[in-house]
Amino acid sequence: MTHSASLPQQGNDTAAGHTTRPVRLSALLALVLLASIGLSLSLGSFPTSFDQVVHALATPQNSDITFIVWELRLPRILLALLVGAALAVAGAILQGIVRNPLASPDVIGITSGAAMAAVTFLALFGTGLSIHWLPAAALLGALLSAVLVFSLAWKRGITPSRMVLVGIGLSAAMGAVTTLLIVISDDAAAMVAYVWLTGSLYAAQWQDVFGMLPWLLVAVPLCLTLARHMDAMALGDSVAQGLGVNVLQSRLVLMACSVALAGAAVAFAGGLSFVGLIAPHIAARLVGRGFARLVPVTALVGALIVLYADLLGRVAFLPKDLPAGIFVSGVGAPFFVYLLHRNRHSPYQTARQN
Amino acid sequence: MLNHRASRIAGLLLGLVLVATAFAASVMLGTTDIAPPIFVQALVQYDPARVAHIIIVTERLPRAVIAALVGASLAIAGALMQTMTRNPLASPGILGINAGAMFFVVVAVSLLPLHTPAEYVWAALLGALVAACLVVMLSRGRQGELSSLRVVLAGVAVTAMFVSFSQGLLIVDQQSFESVLYWLAGSVSGRELSVVVPLLPLFGIALLLCILLVRHANALMLGDDMVKGLGMRAGTIKLLLGLVVILLAGSSVALAGMIGFVGLIVPHMARGLFGVDHRWLLPACALLGASLLLLADVASRFLMPPQDVPVGVMTALIGTPFFIYLARRKQT
Repeated sequence: MTHSASLPQQGNDTAAGHTTRPVRLSALLALVLLASIGLSLSLGSFPTSFDQVVHALATPQNSDITFIVWELRLPRILLALLVGAALAVAGAILQGIVRNPLASPDVIGITSGAAMAAVTFLALFGTGLSIHWLPAAALLGALLSAVLVFSLAWKRGITPSRMVLVGIGLSAAMGAVTTLLIVISDDAAAMVAYVWLTGSLYAAQWQDVFGMLPWLLVAVPLCLTLARHMDAMALGDSVAQGLGVNVLQSRLVLMACSVALAGAAVAFAGGLSFVGLIAPHIAARLVGRGFARLVPVTALVGALIVLYADLLGRVAFLPKDLPAGIFVSGVGAPFFVYLLHRNRHSPYQTARQN
Repeated sequence: MLNHRASRIAGLLLGLVLVATAFAASVMLGTTDIAPPIFVQALVQYDPARVAHIIIVTERLPRAVIAALVGASLAIAGALMQTMTRNPLASPGILGINAGAMFFVVVAVSLLPLHTPAEYVWAALLGALVAACLVVMLSRGRQGELSSLRVVLAGVAVTAMFVSFSQGLLIVDQQSFESVLYWLAGSVSGRELSVVVPLLPLFGIALLLCILLVRHANALMLGDDMVKGLGMRAGTIKLLLGLVVILLAGSSVALAGMIGFVGLIVPHMARGLFGVDHRWLLPACALLGASLLLLADVASRFLMPPQDVPVGVMTALIGTPFFIYLARRKQT
């Protein structure tokens, strides 16, 4: 545990010396997740007992409780889990590529690209086009911004730190455009866009869940197949090349996975920040930085974070339904600052140059 | 680059002319254009019955004064931060100082009964201080040196934190949302001159400290040992310069919200023209910063009329290509 933030190759050896530990840990986290789903299903503005919920789940009837559980709470909870997992894995991939634990989809401009596209969509077609096109717009924005970051950071190759800096610059510009769009739209539309930017799972539906699921099903296994390449690249580009890894190609594929996951998550739940930043940290503390064992644990941790943030937003301030993003960043940001401070002397913190 | 003393003085004078021109443009151009004689008349013998006079005195003039003041302050703050961190990407916007000040102002406006800049400037200063401490604390490496990418990333993380806190607060308290939104984006409009006056002492203190510390800033650039030669400890100088940055950035945010990239771009332009000597660099930053923000503000009126675009959006759009250029040029 204590070596979680040390060099990745050390992390493999010390933090999780035997392979049973990640498996047991994942199983434990999955159990916690199941219990949390049960808890979240039975809490809400309409009082329901756990028994009633189980009954409604097992034998759906034409009743209020069945409707609440099946149509309101369950899709929302599932979407929270999927979005949390996607953001967390996207963050883990990016931190691995960039070799810096401060990187995340929000820092590098993917989230702000998706946000800009989504807010443009809301401002231009807010009333005209169907809202179901919003995820498509956000995904397109994420993709475009990633391409832009990549091409602007290209200078006889890509270095991680240049990519981060270019991403930071671009996200500032895209954030400015987003602000501009919010300012020039009318107040009601501005508030909708603002809530969306903060990240909210309000009014999630089954079609959102089924829209989100394929992205995870494709991107997570794909990035897991490249786990060995990722671990090699963590030692530096030249070492990875020496080990026979096509660094550029692996980096592009992994980057594409990260963009797809982050873009999809932003598309369906808005700009939930800090999940992609802190979930990989927590996971690395638990199982070390070896990529193959990091990813499942990261996904579970991210899912738990968003689930509880959304639960808090739903039930803690009744009758208000607050966006989950408030709680994610309310807890995530100070925790992240604490992590940074704690690990400030570790060599892994400074991005090593090629 | 201007090498000789005479050419540098000429350069500064030209800068002064540029500021004056930009100032005049800011007062005269807009949805209603105003002829120069009417401007002079409005200042000399103000007639509250004439619409043009009212526009000048209550809207255009304060706007130009604030733009000039804030532009100059942010540019000087950026130059000092770049000197202190020896990082070309340092600036109040990138390193989270502006965001910290903004969050504390949002808290002051929505939770406390503070509504004018003179009242919440203290919140802004406190926020700038907290953000600066956080960034320094987070970005110190093993030997206490500030590593370049780390500083920027720590600044971005701190910015993200304060921005998301502000977002949360504004969503919970929707009444303040509408009043603060425009200002959040960085805007020099909609303020009266009387609002600026109580803040002038703060800018004055910062200016005085700048003048006193200009030689030390030069020495700091050469290395911490050089400062000792001047009979002061490097830590003390950095603290005092940090205080100047916090005063300038905090007061600017209280007046005009989050305006990014002025503090980043202008010091580079000034250094390109006047060299690295702070005795020339800082006045040049002040003049160029004031001109840049004045011109950006004028341009913002014409981008999508009749809507005023927040000037912070303009500076971000102008500044991003420059930031990316710097990031690419750096050997990273």
